[in-house]
Amino acid sequence: MSSLLQTIDVNKKFGGLSAVTSLNMDVGAGDIIGLIGPNGAGKTTSFNLITGVYTPTSGKVIFNGQDITGMKPHAITHLGVARTFQNIRLFKEMSVLENVLVAQHMRMGANIFEATLRLPSYLKKEKHVHERAYALLEEVDLVEHAHAKATSLSYGKQRRLEIARALATEPKLLFLDEPAAGMNPQESVELMDFILKIRDQFNLTIVLIEHHMQLVMGVCKRMYVLDYGVTIAHGTPEEIQKDPKVIEAYLGVE
Amino acid sequence: MNTLLTQNDTQRRDRMLTLGAAVIGLGLLFAFDSMFDRFTMQIFKLCAINVILALSLNLINGFTGLFSLGHAGFMAVGAYTCAILSMSPEQKEANFVLQPIMPVLLNVQMPFLPSLLIGGLLAGFIGWVLGVVTLRLRDDYLAIATLGFSEIIRVVLTNAQTITNGSLGLKGLPRFTTMWWAWGSAIVITLFLVLLIKSTYGRAFKSIRDNEIAAEAMGIDVLNMKVLSFTISSALAGIAGGLLAHYLTTIDPKQFIFLKTFDILLIVVLGGIGSITGSIVSAIVVTVLMEALRFLDGPLNLGFMVTNGIPGLRMVFFSALLMIVVIFRQQGLMGTAEFSWNSLARIGLLPKRGQKSGKGVE
Ligand SMILES: Nc1ncnc2c1ncn2[C@@H]1O[C@H](COP(=O)(O)OP(=O)(O)O)[C@@H](O)[C@H]1O
Ligand SMILES: [Mg+2]
Repeated sequence: MSSLLQTIDVNKKFGGLSAVTSLNMDVGAGDIIGLIGPNGAGKTTSFNLITGVYTPTSGKVIFNGQDITGMKPHAITHLGVARTFQNIRLFKEMSVLENVLVAQHMRMGANIFEATLRLPSYLKKEKHVHERAYALLEEVDLVEHAHAKATSLSYGKQRRLEIARALATEPKLLFLDEPAAGMNPQESVELMDFILKIRDQFNLTIVLIEHHMQLVMGVCKRMYVLDYGVTIAHGTPEEIQKDPKVIEAYLGVE
Repeated sequence: MNTLLTQNDTQRRDRMLTLGAAVIGLGLLFAFDSMFDRFTMQIFKLCAINVILALSLNLINGFTGLFSLGHAGFMAVGAYTCAILSMSPEQKEANFVLQPIMPVLLNVQMPFLPSLLIGGLLAGFIGWVLGVVTLRLRDDYLAIATLGFSEIIRVVLTNAQTITNGSLGLKGLPRFTTMWWAWGSAIVITLFLVLLIKSTYGRAFKSIRDNEIAAEAMGIDVLNMKVLSFTISSALAGIAGGLLAHYLTTIDPKQFIFLKTFDILLIVVLGGIGSITGSIVSAIVVTVLMEALRFLDGPLNLGFMVTNGIPGLRMVFFSALLMIVVIFRQQGLMGTAEFSWNSLARIGLLPKRGQKSGKGVE
C-alpha cells in the first residue's frame, strides 16, 4: 500500500506545553482515517501542523512523497491538501457562491490583466468556475442559498459550505475538523454517508477529527487516538474499541 | 396584465439606465464646464481627485482589510514626480533660486500623461518595496511603516534641495488638470477598480479581509495578494497626487502632512469601508461641504454675539461627524453595499414593472 501522507516523529511545543508528541501517522490513498481523543488532546494542532498553519518543533511531514514540513499553507493547498475548520471560518461578508468561487482562484490561473480587462480567456475561466461552484453547491444542497451571505446560513449549512469550499480547491487529501459538531444525531449520520459519497466521487483520502468515537467507527478504516498530545492507540475501529488505554482515557473525561 | 421583469428585461433595463445616466452625467459636466465660475469649477475638479484618493485607500483598507496610513506620502511622490517631469526648463530655473536643479532633471520635459503615469508607477514601486518588507510581519506593522514612510518622504522632499527645491516648493506648474482630465481619470480609475473588485482578484482580496487563515488554507497566496493590493493602491494615490499638483499649480512639502491622509480616511469611513459607491458619494459630499462650511472658520454672527473667527472649527465639525458615525453607524453610509438599479427599484424610486423602464434616472 502506498501512503499519501506520513508524519514522522512530529512534535509541537507551545512554550512549556507539549501539544503534540511524536505523531506518527500513515495515511494510504483512498483511506478514511479517524483522529479522535478528548478535548485539548492535540487533534486540531495536528491538522495545523500538517496543513502548514504551524511549523513542527521537530519532525517531518511527507505528502505524496514530498517533504512539506514548514511550507506555507497556500503552497500545501496547491499540492492537493484541503481542510475545514472546527470553529467555522467562512468569508463572512461574501456570498455563499463567492465563498466557493474564491477557493478556485488558485487553480484558475488567471492573471490580473486578463481578469480586469475581462478578456475572453478570463471569461471562459470565470464561466468554468461558476459552473463548478454551482455543481459543488448542488452536492451539499445549498444552491438555493447561493446569493445569501455565508453567515446567514444555519450552523449545519455553514459546515456543509465549508466542505464545498474545501472541495473547490481540488484536493487529494481532505481534513475535516469535527464536521459533525453542532449537528443533531440524524444530521450526523447523514454526514457520515455524505463523507463516504464524496470520497468515492472525488477520489479523496479523508482524515477526520471527531471526539464522539461511536459516530466515526462505521466509516473509518483506521483510527488514531490522542490524549494529551500522545498517540495512545491506533488501529482498526474494532481494535480501538477494545483497547484498555482508550477506554480509560474516555472514561476519565466523559 | 403586468408581469414582473424577467432577468433579461432587468439586465436590459439596467444597461439602458446606466447608459442614460452616463449621457446625463457627461452632459452635466459639459454644462458645468461652460456655466460655472472658476471657483465652483475648482471644487468640482477637487471632487474628482478626492474620489480617486478615497477609492484607492478603500482598496487597501476596505477591500483587503489592511490599515495603511501612508496615502499623503504616495501622493507626494506622484505630485513631485509629475511636476518635475512636466515643467519646462525655464520654469524650473525660475523656481530653483537657492540652488540650481540637478542638470539631468533640468532638461527633461514630457507631456502630462506620461508624467502622470510615471508618478503613479514610482509611487506604486515604493509601495511594492514597503509592502514586501512590512507585510510579512504582523498587519499592524503596515500602519506604522506607512505612517513613518509618509513622514520620511516629507523630510526628504524638504531637504533634497536640488531635486525638489526644498521647502520653497514648486510654483507655476502648468494648469493641466482640467475638468476633463480630473473627471476622466476618476471615471477610468473607478471603472478599473469596479472590474478588479468584481474579478477573482477582488474576491481574493475580500477573502483576506474576511478571514486570513481560511484564505491561506484555500490556496490564496495571502502575502502576494496583500502586496499586490497595496501596490495598486499606492500607484493610484500617486496618480491622484499628480492631478492635484497640476490642479493647485503650487506644491510644497507641507501639503503632504499626515492630516492629508486623515482627510481621505474620513471620506472612506463616512462612505463605508468596503463600498465603492460609498467612497464616491462621500468624496463628493465631503469635498463640497469642506468648501461650503468654510464660513465656520471666519467670524460668525450668532445673532446675540459675533465671534472673532475660530480657525479649525470646520475640522471640528468633520471630527464630530466622524465620531457620530463611528458610534451610531459604524458601517458608514453604505457599509459594504454597492449601488445598483435594483436597489433603487426596491426603495420605490424606479418602477418595478415593465413598461416605464429605460427612461433614465428618475
Ligand atoms: N496557538 C496555541 N498557543 C498555545 N497553546 C495552544 C495553541 N493551540 C493549541 N494550544 C494548546 O494545545 C492543546 C491542544 O489543543 P487542540 O489541538 O486544539 O486540541 P483538540 O483539537 O484535540 O481539542 C491545548 O492544550 C491547547 O490549549
Ligand atoms: Mg480541536
